[in-house]
Amino acid sequence: MSAAGTTAASVPLLEARDISASYGHVQALKPTSLHIAEGELVTILGPNGAGKTTLMRALTRLTASMGSVFFRGEDISGLPTHKLARRGIVMVQEGRGLFPQMSVRENLIIGAYLHAAEAEAQMGTVFELFPRLRERIDQIAGSLSGGEQQMLAIGRALMAKPQLLMLDEPSLGLAPRVAFEILSTLSELNRRGIGILLVEQKAPLALKLARRVYVISLGKIVAELQTDEIKSYHDLARYYLH
Amino acid sequence: MTSHATISIEPAGIRWQAMLPVVAVVVVAGFGLLSSDYVVTVLGFAFIYTIFCTGLNFFMGYTGQASFGQSAFAAIGGYGSAILCADYGWEPLPALFATMALSGVAAVIVGFPTLRLRGHYLAMATFALGLIVYEVTIEWTGLTQGYMGYSGIPPLGIAGYELVTVKQQLVALVVLALFGVAVAARLRQSRFGRALASIAGSESAALALGVDIARYKLVAFVIAALYASAAGSLFAHFIGFISPEVFGVTMVVQSFAMLYLGGIGTMWGPTIGAIIVSVLPEALRGLKEMQDIGYTAILIFILIFAPRGLAGLSALFGRVRGRVKEAA
Repeated sequence: MSAAGTTAASVPLLEARDISASYGHVQALKPTSLHIAEGELVTILGPNGAGKTTLMRALTRLTASMGSVFFRGEDISGLPTHKLARRGIVMVQEGRGLFPQMSVRENLIIGAYLHAAEAEAQMGTVFELFPRLRERIDQIAGSLSGGEQQMLAIGRALMAKPQLLMLDEPSLGLAPRVAFEILSTLSELNRRGIGILLVEQKAPLALKLARRVYVISLGKIVAELQTDEIKSYHDLARYYLH
Repeated sequence: MTSHATISIEPAGIRWQAMLPVVAVVVVAGFGLLSSDYVVTVLGFAFIYTIFCTGLNFFMGYTGQASFGQSAFAAIGGYGSAILCADYGWEPLPALFATMALSGVAAVIVGFPTLRLRGHYLAMATFALGLIVYEVTIEWTGLTQGYMGYSGIPPLGIAGYELVTVKQQLVALVVLALFGVAVAARLRQSRFGRALASIAGSESAALALGVDIARYKLVAFVIAALYASAAGSLFAHFIGFISPEVFGVTMVVQSFAMLYLGGIGTMWGPTIGAIIVSVLPEALRGLKEMQDIGYTAILIFILIFAPRGLAGLSALFGRVRGRVKEAA
């Protein structure tokens, strides 16, 4: 699941150095650094309003940010969002960001915008992971259940053949069983070699998936923990109350 | 990630019902050809507006952006064709293409800074563009002859052969309108069209999937300008006279009514809307002083009961039919 084969000298998949972001005069994200190794699944935990979404948006340039971001050692700080997707960095936004008036098929095809020639094969992979989407292929995305919509959002991101998949609260608004099912699929994707950066509020679910966790509070990362170091949720709670 | 399981990325084949609007357009045009020149002229306007609204639909329907200024490009097309043909003796078709090219360049120059705006700000900026060009057509009398208008514009034609009757011109307009719709439909189904649809759906999601939304918005704006310019040129050749009022705010309001009534974002919506909004007032002439009230009431009625436009009704009927089949 994690970067078992990596060494200290290896180049991280993604590295952010002193990245920060502001909304007007309010600094929502203070200078923050993090890294993700090749094939690693890392979770960012934190309470509401801690800056998790801002951090994701800053990393993908959906929000203007300061600081440096490197992808496999290459400085990608100045690249606009759409060029990050060409490098293999794909984000599933909070709220899913589906195209609600389009069918499941159309959503998936647009996901393969950069890999149109491989769309059919890639769609097969998505249906293998989410068979329910195959049953709903001609259904309008806006009429899917919350869980199916999240499956579609992840499936659409997979159509873009990500090397790093960033997900902002994929379990939001889902029943626990559905959330577990979806997060388990992320674990499977990670086993297939896709690096994953997951923002989650639901600590129990997140800790089951990741070996390494960043805790963010009041706009900055306050802890970096190995999940096996966390003996109880009280260890986390003190960071939430930071 | 590989998989042996594949599935077609295309939906089930085009159904014969998709050709019904083409048949309907041909029937409407056929009816026109058997009617008076007045009816032919009204239908001619409808098909010119079909071209204008099909372009507008590209920017507003497919891409989800707002433009109140497409009349500016129609004015460039109309006056460009008028000046080139009447003053410089150009053939109508080369003049039409030359003014389309000019409109395209103007759209790039204007669109590059303007399309950084969003929502109401974009709407106001494009509205200002329409007003500026409208003022230019009034004030630059040396070029446009101001309120006097421009006359002596030759009818459509090619290689010296002119379409001298309005019925001949109507046939040409129908062919051009169907060609315009076919090109738009083809583009809508392409990778480019899907990218536009993703921008309309969610700009941030489109960006995250690798769509260069700034570039695509600009291309959609230019395409809409090319259609508008062609419509302006055709208007000039069809009527033989243009004046600033033709390309004023009324044109914007009229085209919006057509787009929303017919079905914004649909392939045939602009055509349906253009025909109904052009023909309906004439059909209600018998109401005399109640004509405007009757016309408005019908428009409101349609928009209440078909909020996604008349073209959207076909999807609704399709869903109802599907449910009936399922129930059976």
